[in-house]
Amino acid sequence: MSTTKRNGGASFLRSLLNAWSWLFLILILAFFEIYAQTQTGSTFLFRVYNLQSISVAASQILLLALGLTLVIVAGHIDLSIAFSTGFAAVAMALVVRAAGDDPGLAMVLLALIVGLLAAGIVGVVNGWLVAHLDVPSFIGTLGTYGIARGAALIVAGGATVSIRSDTVRSFGNGEIWLFPIPVVIAAVLAIGCHYLLAHTRFGAHTYALGANRASVERAGVDVKRHLMLLFIISALTAGIGGLIYTGRFSAGAANAGEPILLYAVAAVFIGGASLTGGQGTISGTVIGAFIIAVIQFGLVFSGLPPYWQFVAVGLVIIVAVLVDQSKHRVTGDRS
Amino acid sequence: MTALLEVKNLKKRFGGNEAVKDVNFEVNAGECVVLAGDNGAGKSTVIKMISGVYTPTAGTVHLNGELLTGKSPEAVRNAGIETIYQDLALADNLDPGLNLYLGREISRRVMGLPFLDRKKMREDAARVMKSLGITVPDPAAPVREMSGGQRQAIALARAIHWQAGLVIMDEPTAALGVPEQREVMALIERMKQQGVGIILISHNLPDIFAAADRIVVLARGVVAGVRRPDETNDEEVVRMMMGATL
Ligand SMILES: Nc1ncnc2c1ncn2[C@@H]1O[C@H](COP(=O)(O)OP(=O)(O)OP(=O)(O)O)[C@@H](O)[C@H]1O
Ligand SMILES: [Mg+2]
Repeated sequence: MSTTKRNGGASFLRSLLNAWSWLFLILILAFFEIYAQTQTGSTFLFRVYNLQSISVAASQILLLALGLTLVIVAGHIDLSIAFSTGFAAVAMALVVRAAGDDPGLAMVLLALIVGLLAAGIVGVVNGWLVAHLDVPSFIGTLGTYGIARGAALIVAGGATVSIRSDTVRSFGNGEIWLFPIPVVIAAVLAIGCHYLLAHTRFGAHTYALGANRASVERAGVDVKRHLMLLFIISALTAGIGGLIYTGRFSAGAANAGEPILLYAVAAVFIGGASLTGGQGTISGTVIGAFIIAVIQFGLVFSGLPPYWQFVAVGLVIIVAVLVDQSKHRVTGDRS
Repeated sequence: MTALLEVKNLKKRFGGNEAVKDVNFEVNAGECVVLAGDNGAGKSTVIKMISGVYTPTAGTVHLNGELLTGKSPEAVRNAGIETIYQDLALADNLDPGLNLYLGREISRRVMGLPFLDRKKMREDAARVMKSLGITVPDPAAPVREMSGGQRQAIALARAIHWQAGLVIMDEPTAALGVPEQREVMALIERMKQQGVGIILISHNLPDIFAAADRIVVLARGVVAGVRRPDETNDEEVVRMMMGATL
């Protein structure tokens, strides 16, 4: 958490291990660049289209991973985000479609709000299960994963809800000076979540909650309320991912978030979080999301069968855990 | 002058089991009272009634003349009694500053937005710890990297910083090595010098004699005897601890 100067012999090794994800990202970027230069005589890194594609892929992962980071730091997990995304995407698409072809801006705004509310409901249910009924979050959110998935498929009639709206399409595909709108939205949310986690009392309580629930409880923090808020934030950021999905593809799909769930969880752990809670950062998660996005895009770019991305991401997750363990060994933590 | 803490005729019944029958004692400011007694004598039950975790079946607890009986643990803490449990309840991944301020963190505003003032909280923690004779090598390091004695000091620093008049410690040295036990005994001495009253629960005779101004021996839920360390010895204390059970 802290980046202040440390003393002690292991400090160099420790900062190296803390920075491994940065180094790894640079390494794979260099790898694909060299590959492009030598094999095809082109460039990987220095083409706006490639950078935009990578950033959009990273944004998709991030929108599920940002809120999830907070939940994981607090020592919990949220599996339902995959379908909070889908639920929001479908709800938004249905409202736009109900408004007829090319609805006005007001209708589109209403659709965005309805989409967010749909995701918010999932968050409230998660928070209520975990905070008030003491259901373990893995089980509770696995339950709401199923419920949100079913609900999204039911309201969508089992199909993709396609829409016709220039406003919505430009929301998902527009650019602000070379920056795709999804990337801008993800960046703003990432900064917001970083502020929340690293600089506010809420963030400090989240870390403390992940390390030792009794510490915050005895300090008089309302832990139930805190958990409730965490799950709502997680569902809302995932829901925004769903809104962007509907914008990009002019269609809402119930399973919009499903293929990204594994990547989102992976990004958080690659970024230095631990399953037992108490550690992890937003900047780490951002790097994690970019590592995965570069692998995804790079493998397609170099013409390998896209299935290799699953293997590659799986390997990176395992490396991340091994690095985390050796970090504890270097520092001699008792945890 | 009234005592800092006054415990009168405390009684606690769990179903048919009368765990505490009739306990009376006082603690003055700057004084360390040791609650000694065999397993099951009722020591933990007595301090839980003081800290508000249990409601006594009968009897009263007064702090500075004010009735505490029936108040919530939260209210008792705000009234100035800090209880340090064996597990310490620290957030191991945070620095001493945040642990000191947990739940009452301070922020400074940057462009209207509150940002945690980590620097100020670290400085305060280092200062309070120093008053307890502990130098924190790296105030930004998480407290899990500290020794058992230093961690105990953080829990005590919290009590001092928030101006607790009375600190209750349930077997603070039980899980510690010998040097760290010494550290904790030195901490207790410094707390006393700062005018804080202390209730210490201990099984360990050398600790009892080193720290106590008065030894209150419990046996089977009643006070078997009260002694100053200089008017008694190991044998008598052990005899009183066993006495009522024979
Ligand atoms: N919550 C409870 N419900 C029922 N009985 C209890 C409860 N808490 C304590 N007791 C009983 O009260 C008696 C005193 O227990 P207490 O924990 O106060 O002893 P102690 O002096 O702290 O012992 P130790 O040295 O082992 O910690 C014991 O017989 C115990 O079984
Ligand atoms: Mg006990």
